[in-house]
Amino acid sequence: MDKKRRDFLKIAGATTLAGLGGPAVVERLVTGTSPAQARAGHGEHPVAHGAKTHTAASGHEDNNAPTGRRLGMVVDLRKLRKQPELMEKIVHACHAEHNVPHFPNKKDEIKWIWRTKFENAFPEHSDYYKDKLTIAGDVLVLCNHCDEPPCVKACPTRATFKNKDGIVAMDYHRCIGCRFCMAACPYGSRSFNWRDPRAGLDMNHINHRFPTRMRGVVEKCNFCAERVGLGKQPKCVEVCGSTKAMIFGDLNDPDSEIRQVLKDNFTIQRKPSAGTHPSVFYIV
Amino acid sequence: MFEKALKGNKYYWMWLAFLGTFMAIAAFCYVRQFNYGLGLTGMSRDVSWGLYISQFTFLVGVAAGGVMLVLPYYVHNYKAFGRITILGEFLAISALLMCLSFIVVDLGQPMRMLNVILHAQPRSMLFYDMIVLNGYLFLNILCGWVILTAERKEVKPPKWIYFFVYLSIPFAVSIHTVTAMLYCGLPGRHFWLSAIVAPRFLASAFAAGPALIVVVALILKRVANFDVGKKALDKLATIILYAALTNMFFVGLEFFVAYYSNIPGHIHTIEYLFFGLEHDGHVYNNLVPFMRMFVLLFVVGVALLSIPYTRRQSDFWLGAGCTALFISLWLDKGIGFVLGGFVPNPLNEITEYYPTANEIFIALGIWAMGFFVLTILYKIAIGVEHEIEA
Repeated sequence: MDKKRRDFLKIAGATTLAGLGGPAVVERLVTGTSPAQARAGHGEHPVAHGAKTHTAASGHEDNNAPTGRRLGMVVDLRKLRKQPELMEKIVHACHAEHNVPHFPNKKDEIKWIWRTKFENAFPEHSDYYKDKLTIAGDVLVLCNHCDEPPCVKACPTRATFKNKDGIVAMDYHRCIGCRFCMAACPYGSRSFNWRDPRAGLDMNHINHRFPTRMRGVVEKCNFCAERVGLGKQPKCVEVCGSTKAMIFGDLNDPDSEIRQVLKDNFTIQRKPSAGTHPSVFYIV
Repeated sequence: MFEKALKGNKYYWMWLAFLGTFMAIAAFCYVRQFNYGLGLTGMSRDVSWGLYISQFTFLVGVAAGGVMLVLPYYVHNYKAFGRITILGEFLAISALLMCLSFIVVDLGQPMRMLNVILHAQPRSMLFYDMIVLNGYLFLNILCGWVILTAERKEVKPPKWIYFFVYLSIPFAVSIHTVTAMLYCGLPGRHFWLSAIVAPRFLASAFAAGPALIVVVALILKRVANFDVGKKALDKLATIILYAALTNMFFVGLEFFVAYYSNIPGHIHTIEYLFFGLEHDGHVYNNLVPFMRMFVLLFVVGVALLSIPYTRRQSDFWLGAGCTALFISLWLDKGIGFVLGGFVPNPLNEITEYYPTANEIFIALGIWAMGFFVLTILYKIAIGVEHEIEA
């Protein structure tokens, strides 16, 4: 009698669990979405996003039209090259806007957007017999907000995640500081707070609309998610103003300005061979 | 059985006090690091993992190496390993404790450690590493303890324990495979992006783990009157030899792929590790001495384990050969593999890494902690063996 009751309870329990968990599992299997993507509000198949997609790898792209936004950027190096002081201004404005600390010791360095040489930004491009302009001009590099971000995959706590508008963002309060994302990023876009970042800030002149970080967490460019949410342009784009050296917009909207620029110009991306599908394009 | 660890001669207590000193220094250094941040280490934006993660990677191998004793003894019923197998299981326990400690001291926000479980991300390899490392630790504690208890009572171990013993074999392989996957699945890190990383890790683990066991067994023979038997040591030497040669074969394949394909990304790190990498007129080579020592000690170790006289007739030379191989493999995986992978950085710049004193003392303290636990576990195991004999 007792044994029978126990068996009954076992079966009842198993059935309840299956009833609760089963459909969710099946749904996930059918749509092919992982929980991380689902949580980031990334309902549709990631492959369906944007201009540069590997459609060959997915058999069902037809029923996954790009519905959401995918924010992207075009950096016009022709214009930046003409005014190097603008590059300085952009870097400074971004770092001031986001309370990015300045440490003289390179070991503690934190940067969101910075100037580097062409061959450092594009190490896979041939640099034999470079033209004068490429030698002379620097390139601005920042987080690429990849469509297939390796950092998001690597993060063991989902502290870095992809928003439904394509921005790869960070939760500074969840990050455990394992720095797996820094090893995973093929662009070296991530910085770590090796020490208290407030020691590298002038606390009388910080931007109170954006939080300072604590030590022991990773940070990087967030495409000004906090400004974009209010309908503003990212700070770097705003600084460029009418020069149009940086253009920001929705890559999934065929009528957007950025799509027009991409249509009219030959652009390159950093390390396309890494398969990350960057959302930052460069006009050389 | 713990009471066996509380009785010992003065050398036992001196050894524990010696290790305890290093642990105390490390605790002090860790408090400093905890209060200031990881800026007290030599790590930087470009070399974002240092001594801690490289020691972790090597010690996962030492832990996995114990399976080279468990497998012949339990699966193939190789009786000569009867007395030595418990050494392998207990070594795995202390190596895993070191691994987990190295992970914790490497975290920027250790108080948030449980986020790995609370906000688990099943696409992250670190998630699986956490599962297999803790699983393997649990299995070794369980199997070691149950089997030792049965031995003490002079009865056969309960049948159910064999399920866990057999389960521990794939777990041993998995801990090092998943640890390799932390590295070999990352785009843009050419040196790590190689399918041979996991097999290479396993090969070096199956040499390094048993090599340490041979050395410890030879020491125990002298100081604790505990002889695992000549046959066991000789068989173990064979295993170490083949595993070490396999590791070197894999290293050679990496060289071939890099230099024959002539793909710059593949060549850079190998060049940096073994010859020095020239960049903007400056040659960066701070790891070259370590890597050359790795090759040299490998040759010495293999020679000592291959020549019949040094291997069979003399405990000293057998021990020296195993020590040489252990250090050699430590240089390869515990220094070169992890640190080298960050050079050059994704922007083709070079930053060299030098650990700070604070960092080195923390690492030394964790090693001391591992040997402290190992000493106590071996003391218990040998105490039980002596009790049965008496």
